[in-house]
Amino acid sequence: MKAAWANTEPNARTLLGGLAVVALLAFILSLAIGPVGLGRGLPGEAGALIFREIRLPRAVLGALVGASLGLSGAALQGYLRNPLAEPSLVGVSGGAALGAVLTIHLGLSAAVALTLPLGALLGAAVAMLAVVALAGKHGGPVTLILAGLAVSSLATALVSLALNVSQNPFAMVEMVFWLMGSLADRSLPQVWLAAPFMLAGIALLLLLGRALDALSLGEDAARSLGIDIARTRTMVVAGTALSVGAATAVTGIIGFVGLIVPHALRPLAGHRPGLLLPASMLGGAIMLLLADIALRLVQPWVELRIGVLTALLGAPFFVWLVLKTRSELAP
Amino acid sequence: MRVEARGLGVDLKGRLVLKGVDFAAQPSELTAIIGPNGAGKSTLLRALAGLLAPVAGTVLADGRPLDGWDRQALARRLAYLPQDRVVHWALTARAVVALGRLPHQPPGAGESATDARAITQALSAMDVTHLAPRPVIEMSGGERARVLAARALAQEPAALFADEPASGLDPAHQLALFEHLARLATEGRTVIVALHDLSLAARFCHRIVLMHEGNVVAAGAPEDVLTVEHLAAVYRIDAKLATIDGVPVVLPRALLP
Repeated sequence: MKAAWANTEPNARTLLGGLAVVALLAFILSLAIGPVGLGRGLPGEAGALIFREIRLPRAVLGALVGASLGLSGAALQGYLRNPLAEPSLVGVSGGAALGAVLTIHLGLSAAVALTLPLGALLGAAVAMLAVVALAGKHGGPVTLILAGLAVSSLATALVSLALNVSQNPFAMVEMVFWLMGSLADRSLPQVWLAAPFMLAGIALLLLLGRALDALSLGEDAARSLGIDIARTRTMVVAGTALSVGAATAVTGIIGFVGLIVPHALRPLAGHRPGLLLPASMLGGAIMLLLADIALRLVQPWVELRIGVLTALLGAPFFVWLVLKTRSELAP
Repeated sequence: MRVEARGLGVDLKGRLVLKGVDFAAQPSELTAIIGPNGAGKSTLLRALAGLLAPVAGTVLADGRPLDGWDRQALARRLAYLPQDRVVHWALTARAVVALGRLPHQPPGAGESATDARAITQALSAMDVTHLAPRPVIEMSGGERARVLAARALAQEPAALFADEPASGLDPAHQLALFEHLARLATEGRTVIVALHDLSLAARFCHRIVLMHEGNVVAAGAPEDVLTVEHLAAVYRIDAKLATIDGVPVVLPRALLP
């Protein structure tokens, strides 16, 4: 009987395999494209240096950060049962931004290497703990969103305060640029610092497939199917904090990837929240790698930051979403 | 599966919804929980399924308190069909029914041949095979109710608790649903339904539990529970009980002053 549905139910293996191949191609492309043509006329040693110190961290970071953002977006949308959820909603990005801005403001980042990503990681962790404490032990999806908004708003206000009182124009420029989000000029030590957290968060979130599938039927039905709701919530929050917190710590704020990627892939995954998790992980990596390649291609004419590009892509996406929802709700 | 509640008290947001309920349901029995709106039918079903923590008393499944059960193991034995027919996301009917197999699948495992067979049977039992590839959120209320009932059937539980499974169904599908529930009972399963349709309760159920304001007022065979006096006292209706062509009928004739 299974064959009868083969053409209507999405084939998980085909979807994930296809996305994995595209992600791999985007990764290789990211290594190959840049202002300096590698392997063509350049002395071997300089080429190797560019590859190791510039291209490799950038490609690895693009893949990991994109995967973190896409996956946590899919996990949050599935847990909250709301297609508008995205990682910045639970306060993690705001906390990381505040931590980073504070290290710049206090001059720590200039004094000691790696303080900036460490400060951002700390900020993300504090924000996550605050959100969980605020939402309470048995708080449902709506409480979690409200707690996330409260913590995000406070973090945004404090970031503005730091910018406002900043005496040092260089520090101010650094803060503003950091807030825009970028993959450029990150060093391998920064990647090694953030990668374990991102990978741990990704692993946690990937375990949620079954719970999120069951939650499609509401909390009572999911619990009657053997799902532990409290544990699911803890894993969603911890996984998002680890992966997105660490991602933001190194790259700054990159918005909309966590919103757009799950949305775009949902029909291909048969609207199944469980299958959407690995699909969005791969899709997020693809989107960020391709966006970063596009930035490098236009670089001779304009110096754009990736956070700005994703925001530019995100706004029209929201407009399209509004129009779609409006036509669906129209009588 | 033998399901039993002793002195069950449940508090919802400061209101005592169940006030010391004793309840028992046996395998091979189709039990109906009836009573007016707000009597505590849904709360009793949810507490029996282990979805509410009681403030007093215990629920035993096969003689063991529900707290002592591993949730996944319990889910393989007990299915609960909620009253609100929620399906988030545009899942197809088949994908929804397949969710009933989750407790039977080891982590990471896909759909087995046994799973596929159970899904196919459940779809056909609820007459929704033709709807299988369609998104459930695009269906009518009755179609959606049948798909969700099929999800609970696919779970192949020893005990099935269904909250108002027949509401919103056309007469043909109401009959088909209750004939199937009665068949599940004759197979040795424990079936409990919360119900408003007194005629369906009288016709199909082996035992009826009548609730009123958080208490069990009467429990027993349909003819002992569905009496003019009980219905007058609990529902404030003047009811006519009749048997037409061997089928019992409960007709609410008038409101009592």
